[in-house]
Amino acid sequence: MASVRPIRKIDAAEEPSLHIRAMDNLAFIRDTMERAGAFTAVSGWGMVIVGVAALTAATIAARQPTEVGWLNTWLAAAFLAPVIMIAAIVRKARAARLPLMSGAGRKFLLSFSPPMIVGALLTIQLYKLGMYDVLPGLWLLIYGTAVVAGGAFSVRVVPVMGFCFMVAGAIALFTPAATNDLLMAAAFGGLHILFGIPIARRHGG
Amino acid sequence: MAKQGAVRQDRGNVDSGKLRPVRGRAIGPDTAEFDRLIHERVRLGIVSALAVNEKLTFNDLKKLLKITDGNLSVHARKLEDARYVACTKSFEGRVPRTEYRLTAEGRRALERYLDHMEALIHATRDHK
Repeated sequence: MASVRPIRKIDAAEEPSLHIRAMDNLAFIRDTMERAGAFTAVSGWGMVIVGVAALTAATIAARQPTEVGWLNTWLAAAFLAPVIMIAAIVRKARAARLPLMSGAGRKFLLSFSPPMIVGALLTIQLYKLGMYDVLPGLWLLIYGTAVVAGGAFSVRVVPVMGFCFMVAGAIALFTPAATNDLLMAAAFGGLHILFGIPIARRHGG
Repeated sequence: MAKQGAVRQDRGNVDSGKLRPVRGRAIGPDTAEFDRLIHERVRLGIVSALAVNEKLTFNDLKKLLKITDGNLSVHARKLEDARYVACTKSFEGRVPRTEYRLTAEGRRALERYLDHMEALIHATRDHK
């Protein structure tokens, strides 16, 4: 097997230089891709489907006679949504022939996941305390934070959407609980559809 | 002392001329696998921009990379000659329109280049 030897030996001073230059080249590629900015790994069509699922969940949840039934409906939607999004993201990445876990994709996941884990843990605790009215505000704020954090490595429209979720969450926290279902439907349903369509049309699917 | 020892050992590995890459191939800074064609900054910029866009016009690329017409033409031609990008010329009304797309070969070249850069980074980190 051929192994090509360097023409000259790499001395100690050159080694970090190579490393730094390689990192600089990767940063240049990423920066160019981001500025070219027509592509985001986030699937717009996936968001639209999640939005429709959220509207359905909101309709079902609003009809539940008990708070536990209401919570279970939204939890079912919360488990379904990532499945839809992951499938849509994989499909989009394959269609664009891009690696799924490229630098930006990995960073998105690493930034998006921690707030979502915090949200899940707080949900368990608030459920134990019976504080159902706080959950919609918490979920919207946490999800918005996760999207803003992950969206820092994506096209601008993604963090803007996250910020909108945060605003909806703040409203939900400080308004009567009666508006919670409406806000959840408007945010998880409406915002996903509203932002999903332009992302799908302008940013690769 | 231990640190010095480690550095000496690392130097030995690097001097062997083989940096251990992420995918098990021997990659050094002067290997035949290193693609100098897309290593050049303007050409790397063209290929990177086209990797995340189905197509880009001449003017899109010029604005994005902040370079002159002549500079872009020269570098785009080199990428065309290597079949890394495909160029389509058409008219929009009476205005000529030049569009570039990344070919499958160009995408593979970019992926190889990314592998190469990552291998260099991993190799130098592993040797520290």
